[in-house]
Amino acid sequence: MWKWLHPYANPETTYHLTGRIIPWFSALTIALLTIGITWALLFAPADYQQGDSFRIFYIHVPTATLSMGIYVGMAIAALCSLVWQLRLADASAAALAPIGAVFTFVSLVTGAAWGKPMWGTWWIWDARLTSQLILLFLFLGVIALHNAFEDKTSAGKAAGILTLVGVINIPIIKYSVEWWNTLHQGATVSKMGKPSMSIDMLWPFIFCYMGFVFLIVVITCIRFRSEIISRNSMRPWVRELVLNQGVK
Amino acid sequence: MQFENINAFFAMGGYGFYVWLSYGVTALAIVLLIILSKQKHKNTLLAINQRYTRELKRKEAAKQQQELKQNNLSSSEVVEKTNESTP
Repeated sequence: MWKWLHPYANPETTYHLTGRIIPWFSALTIALLTIGITWALLFAPADYQQGDSFRIFYIHVPTATLSMGIYVGMAIAALCSLVWQLRLADASAAALAPIGAVFTFVSLVTGAAWGKPMWGTWWIWDARLTSQLILLFLFLGVIALHNAFEDKTSAGKAAGILTLVGVINIPIIKYSVEWWNTLHQGATVSKMGKPSMSIDMLWPFIFCYMGFVFLIVVITCIRFRSEIISRNSMRPWVRELVLNQGVK
Repeated sequence: MQFENINAFFAMGGYGFYVWLSYGVTALAIVLLIILSKQKHKNTLLAINQRYTRELKRKEAAKQQQELKQNNLSSSEVVEKTNESTP
């Protein structure tokens, strides 16, 4: 396996590979999100209790779950970067942080806009909401640390340590609705066994969710490429690349 | 289709403001993220390019100076004379 993986640890190969997959994954993202959002807004039935405000669910839940997913991904990358000094892992952790921050922000805003008509308040300091807000601050802290040092290696180290400490927040978010009494409802989709959703509500959700997953992949690739070349700017292949592109 | 007409669609059963606020903010945030990410890539390439050209210029300038110095060794008198003529 290592022999197979080895070429992908080469920044140049990875740079060109990610460049090649971006158009395909962009097309896939656009297709999935167009189908998913249209289905969610126009064809999915309204909830019998929450009416049409339920349609916020189709962006709120994917962004919220995926914000945690991005954090876990970033933490794994940070661990690899700290333990094995893989520079590409550090680059991917740096690429993921802003995307996670945006997803967390979106989940908080959509949650507030859903909470106002359903709970009667935009915000409440309950466990789920507060821990998600902390996740946003963790992402912002990681971004700040990545930009705080001129030397990318020490920046990666500092940000990586913060990332790993912050992992404690992930199970707190996940189980906050079970551990504490909260206004936030429990899991709907990921319940063990059958999801407690009707099929005609579930399908558009799956499309939206997968659309957001591939959206993350695309933006990660774009940012990852910038991180790679800025970390390898003295290498001949980057020099060649920049000179070939000319001043645009 | 869940809605009878376009007005009913925008009204979202009375939740129009909240639904469109959510979808609007999401779209805006993600589009902004994509644009900024692309911009960042362009800027990174540009910055590296600038560094290269600066480095190249510096090398050339150093080379020229060295050549000038070697030439001046033989014609140092000319330089001294021109220096005197300009007080």
